[in-house]
Amino acid sequence: MIDPDLNPPGVRPTEPDPAMAGGWDSAADLWKDPAEIPDPASVEVPDELRAQIEDYMSRYPDYHSAAIPALMAAQKWHGWCSDEAIKQTAAVMQVTPAYLSSVATFYDMLRTKPVGARYVYVCTSVACHVRQADEVYAAITEAADMIGLEGVEVREFECLGACDMAPMASVDGRYVGPLTRDDAPDLVLAIKEGREVLPGRGLGDDGYTLPWGTRA
Amino acid sequence: MTATPSPGGRVPEEIRILTAGFGEKDVRSIDGYMENVGGYAALRKAFEGAGMEPEDVLAEIDASGLRGRGGAGFATGKKASFIPKGAQTNFLTCNADESEPGTFKDRQLIQYCPHRLVEGCILASYAIGGSFAFIYIRGEYELQAEILEQAVREAYERGFLGDRILGSRYSLELVVHRGAGAYICGEESALLDSLEGKRGNPRLKPPFPAIKGLYQGPTLINNVETLSNVPLIVDRGPDWWKSMGTEKSPGPKVVSVSGNVQRPGNYEVELGIPVREIIDGFAGGVAAGRRVKFWHPGGSSSPVLLEEHLDLPFDYESMAQAGSMLGTASVIVADDTVAVLPYAKRLAKFYRHESCGKCVPCREGTNWTVKMLERIEQGLATPMDLDIIGEVQQNIEGNCLCVLGDSMAMPVRSLLQHFRSEFAEAMEAGRFAADELASEHAGLGSVDVRVAL
Repeated sequence: MIDPDLNPPGVRPTEPDPAMAGGWDSAADLWKDPAEIPDPASVEVPDELRAQIEDYMSRYPDYHSAAIPALMAAQKWHGWCSDEAIKQTAAVMQVTPAYLSSVATFYDMLRTKPVGARYVYVCTSVACHVRQADEVYAAITEAADMIGLEGVEVREFECLGACDMAPMASVDGRYVGPLTRDDAPDLVLAIKEGREVLPGRGLGDDGYTLPWGTRA
Repeated sequence: MTATPSPGGRVPEEIRILTAGFGEKDVRSIDGYMENVGGYAALRKAFEGAGMEPEDVLAEIDASGLRGRGGAGFATGKKASFIPKGAQTNFLTCNADESEPGTFKDRQLIQYCPHRLVEGCILASYAIGGSFAFIYIRGEYELQAEILEQAVREAYERGFLGDRILGSRYSLELVVHRGAGAYICGEESALLDSLEGKRGNPRLKPPFPAIKGLYQGPTLINNVETLSNVPLIVDRGPDWWKSMGTEKSPGPKVVSVSGNVQRPGNYEVELGIPVREIIDGFAGGVAAGRRVKFWHPGGSSSPVLLEEHLDLPFDYESMAQAGSMLGTASVIVADDTVAVLPYAKRLAKFYRHESCGKCVPCREGTNWTVKMLERIEQGLATPMDLDIIGEVQQNIEGNCLCVLGDSMAMPVRSLLQHFRSEFAEAMEAGRFAADELASEHAGLGSVDVRVAL
C-alpha cells in the first residue's frame, strides 16, 4: 500500500508530460489496485479469438511466448489493444493484464490508443530520407487530412526493410513504392474507398519489378 | 534478372548462389526449390543413407569459415561449437528481425527462397542437437511471414520437419514467430526476451545465449543469410564455398545498396570486390553530375566513409581499417544534395525512438543528441555544442548492455568528424534565421525568440 502522505492524490501524474520525448510510456496510476488475473469464467471472449490465442499458446514450450501473437490477434479483433482486448487476452492466457500491457506498450505495431484499425506506415528512415521521404510523408498526411481519413493510423515508421523501393510505405502490410508526393492523393483515396492501393506497385504483386528493372 | 546498363557504365555480373533463380524461376515452392536449385539435397545427404553425424555437419560449417551475416561477422562454426552437448534442450533461433536501416537482403531471401532458410535451420539445429527452432521475423514483414509459414507447412508435409526427419532418429519442431515492430529485437538477447513474450530488453552478458539463452537453455542465434548458406556448404562442400570471396571473408554475400544511386537493390557479390564496382557498377552510381558525399558500408549504424574510400575492397578487414565496419553489408549512399544536419537528426531520431530505455547512456544520450541537433537548426547552439555532441557520443559508446546506443553514436560522431564545417555553417544559418525572426518580432514588441524558446 502506498503512503497517501508521500503521494498526495492531487499531484499524481496521470498524463505524460508533453515536454518529455515522445515514445515513452504514460505514467502509471499508482493509486489503482493492480488488476488480478481475470477469472476465465467471468470474462466473455469471442470463440474465434479464444481458439486463436490457445493455438498460439500451444506452439511454444512456454505459453508466455504467445503474448505478442495473442495481442496481435486481439488487436485485429478489437482494432486496438483496448482494456477489453487486454482483459480478454489475459483471461485466455491466464496472466495479469499488467503483464500484457507492458508488452503492448513496448511494440510499435501494437496500438495502445484507438487510432484506427488500418494503418499506413510511411518509412522516413535514412535510406528513404535521402530520396525525399519527408516530402512523401508530408503529402500523405496532408491528403489524409484533406480527404478525411478516419479509422486509419497514418504515421512515420522505422526502416521497413525495403530501401530498394524507397521512398515507400506499408499499407496494412502491403509494401508500395517507390512513391512520389504525387501518389499521395490517390493512395489516400484508395484507402478511403476501400480500393486496392496503387495496383501493380506493391511488393509481391504479379510482375512487380523496380522501375530500373532490378528484382525487388 | 540483370540490371539495365547505365549510360557508358559496365554492369558487372552478379554471382548467383544464394539468389539463384530469383525472379527467373520458381524457387519459392518446395517443388520449385527442389527441382530448380537442388533444394533439400543437403538434408538428404545428412539424413539418408549413411548420413552425417551432427559433428560432421558442424565440422563442415566450421571448415567453410562462414562468418555471421547479421552484422558482427563472428565465425558461425565457432559460435555453434559453444553450445554444450548433453541431455538438456537446445534451441536454434533464426534472427529474421532485419530492421537495420538500409538492410533488406533477408527480406528478399525469405520472399524468394524461404525453403533454403528452413533447410538451413534444420541442418544447424541438427548440428547443435537442438529440438526446437524458431524464426523470429519482424512483424512488418507480413508478406514474407506468410510465405515462410507456407514453406514450413510444406516442409512438415514432406517429413522434413517434425518427428523422425526422413526416417532418422532426429526430430525438430520449427515455429515462425512474428514480432510487432521493435528495432531492438534484432539484438540477440532482446530477441530472446521478446520471443519469451516479454518487452524486448537486452540482457546482461555473460551468460551468453550459447549457455543461457531462450528459456534459460543453450541457444544458437543466427541471421537469415547465415543459415541460408548452411545447405550450400553441406551440399557442395566447404572447399567449394570457400573458393569465393577472400581468405578471411569467404563465400557469397548479398549486398543491399540504397540511397542516392540509380538502381537500388540487392546484389550478390564475392566479398573483396572494390566498393566502386558495387556502387557504380551494380547500382548505377549517383545521378549524372552528382558526387558521392558519404556512404555507410554496413547499414546506418556503421560510421560513414567518404568518396576517397570507394576504391577499397569491400570486406570485413578493409572496412574496419578505414574506420567503419562491414556490418550487414548494406551500402547507403548519400550524394552531394544531402544536407548533413537533417540527415544526422533523422538518424538520431530513429535510435531515440528505438532505444528500449534500459541503459541510461543510450536512453539519455540518444534523446540529448536529437535535442542538440534541433538546437543547431533553431539557432540556439553555440560552437561549443558541437564538442558536447561529440562528447555525448563518446559517453554512449561501450557503456550499455547492447550496441543500440553505439549504433547512433558511431555514425553521428563520424558525420561530425568529417563534416564539422558543414555543421558549423548550419549553426550559423540557424542563428541568422533566428535573428531575422527575432527582429521581425521586435517590431511587434515581442522578445528575442532565443530567450523565448
